[in-house]
Amino acid sequence: MSYTPLTREQMAWRAAQDLPEGAYVNLGIGIPTLAASYVPKGREVIFHSENGILGLGPKPEPGKEDPYMVDAGKNRTTLVTGGCFVHHADAFLMIRGGHLDVSLLGAFEVSEQGDLANWTTEDPQFPPGVGGAMDLAVGARAIRVIMEHTHKSGSPRILRHCTYPLTAPACVKRIYTNLAVIDVTPQGLFVLEMVPGMTLEALQALTEPKLHLANTWQALEPPAARAA
Amino acid sequence: MIDKQVKTTADAVAGVRDGSTVLVAGFGAVGVADNLLDALHEQGAKELTIVANNSGNGDYGLARLINAGRVRKVICSYPRSGDYSAFLNAYRAKTLELELVPQGTISERMRCAAAGLGGFFSPVSAHTKLAEGKETREIDGRLHVFEKPLKGDVALIKANKADRWGNLTYLRSARNFNPVMAMAAELTVVEVDTMVELGEMDPEAVVTPSIFVDRVVVVGANA
Repeated sequence: MSYTPLTREQMAWRAAQDLPEGAYVNLGIGIPTLAASYVPKGREVIFHSENGILGLGPKPEPGKEDPYMVDAGKNRTTLVTGGCFVHHADAFLMIRGGHLDVSLLGAFEVSEQGDLANWTTEDPQFPPGVGGAMDLAVGARAIRVIMEHTHKSGSPRILRHCTYPLTAPACVKRIYTNLAVIDVTPQGLFVLEMVPGMTLEALQALTEPKLHLANTWQALEPPAARAA
Repeated sequence: MIDKQVKTTADAVAGVRDGSTVLVAGFGAVGVADNLLDALHEQGAKELTIVANNSGNGDYGLARLINAGRVRKVICSYPRSGDYSAFLNAYRAKTLELELVPQGTISERMRCAAAGLGGFFSPVSAHTKLAEGKETREIDGRLHVFEKPLKGDVALIKANKADRWGNLTYLRSARNFNPVMAMAAELTVVEVDTMVELGEMDPEAVVTPSIFVDRVVVVGANA
């Protein structure tokens, strides 16, 4: 049976469904940023941006861009009603001090133990950049990763041990991929959801460490993928 | 009468010595004192250590200083941002040194210097390559890394408004590193869009109090 991987937007949609009412959440650059657009209507989630914005809003409408408003990826952004500004040391106090409920991050690799590698591939041609990744990985109460299930070559990104230098050890609690939602637990990796048509065997073939199927597992079906 | 306003950006950066550590505020291209950086280029100080979040863009401001060979070392969290070709060329040519520091560790090291403290233990970077060679200590069962304070000889600050005492306010996310850097240098120099009368700022809304500010210069349309 065949299956269709989720798009980047659908991965972001799935991660956004798990953000609870009232949560303070930091979105990493890349796919996590997209999650801001998919919080269910009527649910208030407050987004934090490392450059000192508490109450990050959606992308500005064309023509309404403000040169003094950028997000962590330096894209133009907005402030929601009730939002405010803080300086950098306080923005990172919020991150490091455990004041954020959730940090959604991109990653190169995640290990079976929840080790996170997302800051350098050690390419000698380019300088490494760590930004706020290490602060977020140790500071937020829940660290969740959004990433493609495999590299472009098809080799797994979920590994027994990370091959790239670590951002932080044993910090990731949940992984959203384009194929599945997986929890990292002391008992191992548990598959909570898989895209329709996916089997545990097929998913295991794309994943290095042993996967367990959660008793309550269900289909991973974002809106646009549901039967029209 | 106290008046910290100076007439030109050249006056503002006068006296910066070779080998200085320069705190360059901003996040990407937002909240950067580009006029002061260009004045520092004209002023001529060399062998500079730059502390910034990123590593400059295009061929203006910080990038221009790097292209002119005036920067010995960059302490930053994320050099790969925007058109960072000036930094990249110097990095590949090995004419400047990079000290990569997590973003929250950079800002806290400066806050620590501002507060007169001798450093702090942070869980950030524990068990990673960025902690190699650093003192560590287990605190309440968690490994922490010792980080030293980071003080500037000079800070180049971008604010929106100032009064003659040097009280400052900023514009939205252009605040970023500016307040913490303004507190952490021997000499704090500020470029602003507008001067206001003393007393005109709401005392509840002053972000950087005047005690941290040494020189203010107006740039842009109101200069």
